[in-house]
Amino acid sequence: MNQLAKSSIMLSPYKSSARWLWIAPTVFLILILAIPTTAIILRGATFEGFRDVLNNSTIKQALWFTAWQALASTALTLIVALPATFVLSRFAFTGNRALQALITVPFLLPTVVVGAAFLAVFPSQLHYTATALIIAHAYFNLTVVVRIVGARWEQLHPGIEQAARTLGASPLTVFRTVTLPLLHSALATASGVIALFAFTSYGIVRTLGGPARATIETEIYTRSVLIGDMPGALALSIVQMIVLTALLWWWAKRHRGESVSPQISVAQRAPSTRGQVALVYGIALATAAVVIAPLSALLWRSLTRTTPGATRFTLSGWRAVTSSTTLGAISTSTLFALCAMVIATVLGLMVALGVAYGSPRFVWLERISVLPLTVSAVTIGLGILITYDTAPYDFRSTWIITPLAHSLIALPLVVRIVLPVVRQIPRGLQSVASTLGATPLQTWLTVDRPLMSRAVGASAAIAFAISIGEFGATSFLTRRSSETLPVTISRLLSRPGDALRTQAYALCVIIVVISMIAIFLIDMLRPSRKAK
Amino acid sequence: MLSILAAGCSSSPTNDSTGSTDSTDSTDSTDGPVTLTLLAHESFTPTPGIFDAFTAATGITVEIVLSGDTGQLITKAVLTSGNPEGDVLWGVDNTLLSRALEADVFSAYETPNTTFMDASLLLDIPGHEVTPVDSGDVCINYDIAWFKSRNIAPPLTLDALTNKQYANLLVVPSALSSSPGLAFLMATIAEFGTDGWQPYWKSLRDNGVMVVDGWTQAYNTEFSGASGKGDRPIVVSYSSSPPAEVIFADPPVDAAPTAVASLTCFEQIEYAGILRGTKHEAEAKLLIDYLTDLTFQNDLPLTQFVFPVHSGAVLPEAFTKYALRPENPLRLEANVIATNRTAWLDEWSAIVLK
Repeated sequence: MNQLAKSSIMLSPYKSSARWLWIAPTVFLILILAIPTTAIILRGATFEGFRDVLNNSTIKQALWFTAWQALASTALTLIVALPATFVLSRFAFTGNRALQALITVPFLLPTVVVGAAFLAVFPSQLHYTATALIIAHAYFNLTVVVRIVGARWEQLHPGIEQAARTLGASPLTVFRTVTLPLLHSALATASGVIALFAFTSYGIVRTLGGPARATIETEIYTRSVLIGDMPGALALSIVQMIVLTALLWWWAKRHRGESVSPQISVAQRAPSTRGQVALVYGIALATAAVVIAPLSALLWRSLTRTTPGATRFTLSGWRAVTSSTTLGAISTSTLFALCAMVIATVLGLMVALGVAYGSPRFVWLERISVLPLTVSAVTIGLGILITYDTAPYDFRSTWIITPLAHSLIALPLVVRIVLPVVRQIPRGLQSVASTLGATPLQTWLTVDRPLMSRAVGASAAIAFAISIGEFGATSFLTRRSSETLPVTISRLLSRPGDALRTQAYALCVIIVVISMIAIFLIDMLRPSRKAK
Repeated sequence: MLSILAAGCSSSPTNDSTGSTDSTDSTDSTDGPVTLTLLAHESFTPTPGIFDAFTAATGITVEIVLSGDTGQLITKAVLTSGNPEGDVLWGVDNTLLSRALEADVFSAYETPNTTFMDASLLLDIPGHEVTPVDSGDVCINYDIAWFKSRNIAPPLTLDALTNKQYANLLVVPSALSSSPGLAFLMATIAEFGTDGWQPYWKSLRDNGVMVVDGWTQAYNTEFSGASGKGDRPIVVSYSSSPPAEVIFADPPVDAAPTAVASLTCFEQIEYAGILRGTKHEAEAKLLIDYLTDLTFQNDLPLTQFVFPVHSGAVLPEAFTKYALRPENPLRLEANVIATNRTAWLDEWSAIVLK
């Protein structure tokens, strides 16, 4: 951490209160992550399992495939998402907020469903190929780039770029030499998150990659659940944790020392020249089309039944949605998502504030908050199952366990999004406020909160999205009376009959609509940035 | 907003598990009304209210908890052996039975209803750790219209699938990730023997078999005879799939659009059992009796598309008309499966998935 940051922390009025913020997140991580993971490993891992796994050539192939498809997915996501991010963060135009909400939608669809939608949209040569996988990963993760990089891009003062233009640089040069370096840390964060997601992705790999394409995560599931080889599965899980933690460590070291520059919320302007209008609306519409295509396949399939020679429209799938079980699933999913959103955002904020304002030795808190992303969902689910199983802590059948598991998975993202923004709040403002007599709480409410609210809103929306679509850990923890939508959908799709299929797709459309509304609302809590 | 969320979070959308909160009065059990938890896989879909008669007769309420697919159900049961999540488990089948028995998941009980069951259903469980509750067959299904329109005879045996005229027409779910896929692999091992099935699968692979992840994809996306209108007219599915196509057809049809090649069928038997460590063993026995009684067994065909084990059960018309139950399906002994399953799966994936 550089000298400027260090001295800023010394002057911070929050230092004494921030000292206690580490407690709740750490307890949470110990209870929901560390103990279950250790428990399942102690229960099932063996040295033979380790040895067999490391010698297995299939595993080595799987590791190689996992790694390169993760990198390819990250690259493709950046390429597709950056134009949209540019347009959304810089310009005020009709539909800006709607487009942001729309782009978040793929992220929260259950992977089983997206797989089916893409199979419908892709021609059959693309079925079960690595290409299909990579495209689907990019589709999923667009919102990660838009929100993380966008939050940062919004804060860049156009004055710097305008100065460069005045000196004669072309727009592309400006982008390359001025904008990109300033965005560097946000890009690194977003890429890291996407690579992690693609690395540990399960549902998409299974449905679109087909059985011949194994990643470490699918191998863990295959071995533990399908073959019943728990030692092998756990050995793989440990290997995955070690590999990912090492990569994260290296990544964090490379990107240490974030640029601390003065930050203000920059006003957005409507596109002024004809060229700008064409650019903005062109990119916006193209991105919207890309996102909508698979979604409309879902809608189509919820409304049609195929019979020999004809396609008939039917509303029976939609009518079945009003049954009490599906309404129950809808309310359960929404409730769980709201709970997970609150828990993840609060804990994530504690981590971010604790790390940024507490003493410099709290950097370990930031490191451990990423750990949930390195542990496979199967391991977490099964670990919770065997840990909290005896009175007085028999929690495995309580409903709160599922939102807690969702919060665990969402926590790293919240921290990743909020922490850089908190670090860049000008310390001078806080010192001034406290010199004028404000208490730490007042200072925080009047200085920090407005500057952080975009990032907090963005991370809350992502936490909500993760919870709505989560399937991996949930499928091990679910109970009939509190079934979530993804579980219901998967159940409906796994049995024969057109009637159930249309119902399943209708539920998918409902997930899409609920989430768009929720995300739209969360986004609206941020102050408008239109230029007056 | 926070208070609304708090209120929402605290009023849970569920019933919590043990300890009954139901209002059914019990005159039966010793310490108040009992709720039994029945763990099942996600294809367990009896008619709602099917347990009302049971509750009326015994005062015991049944709470159904669905637990993902069969593989997940068994994995969780194995991990929680002795300290189970529920009282009775429904849905372990003969290909996975060995995993559960090795982990001592069940508490043995022989229901009086075994007198109504065919002796062949009880072969694998001399110790009565579990009770058969339904059976079915995993068979090759084919699209009648597709073959008729091209004037080709459909494949009727496993061997026929390697003929050139059926090249690139077969889609199967993976034996690793799908229960019918595994059953189909077992069928080929039963047919060709422990040394003959590998060359058979090599020929299938050379003949262009498509392997997909699960039954859903195989049947609902790639198969031409079902709703997905795919390209492949031959698929691995159940002997109850043709009646299902008739029952769910919209508009209604007179004849089943698909048929089963009965010489390719592998018998799947599903069992239910009392979980070792349950606190309600006596009540659980009553539930096992009920699950093998006529009321429940008659409900099975049209809700879960399986065949009842009770010899007095009545099959619905669609089943008697359109379902072909093979006389001599292929079978493998459960302990043979137990010893070899992992090795077979590794070999199979090396041949087919590379």
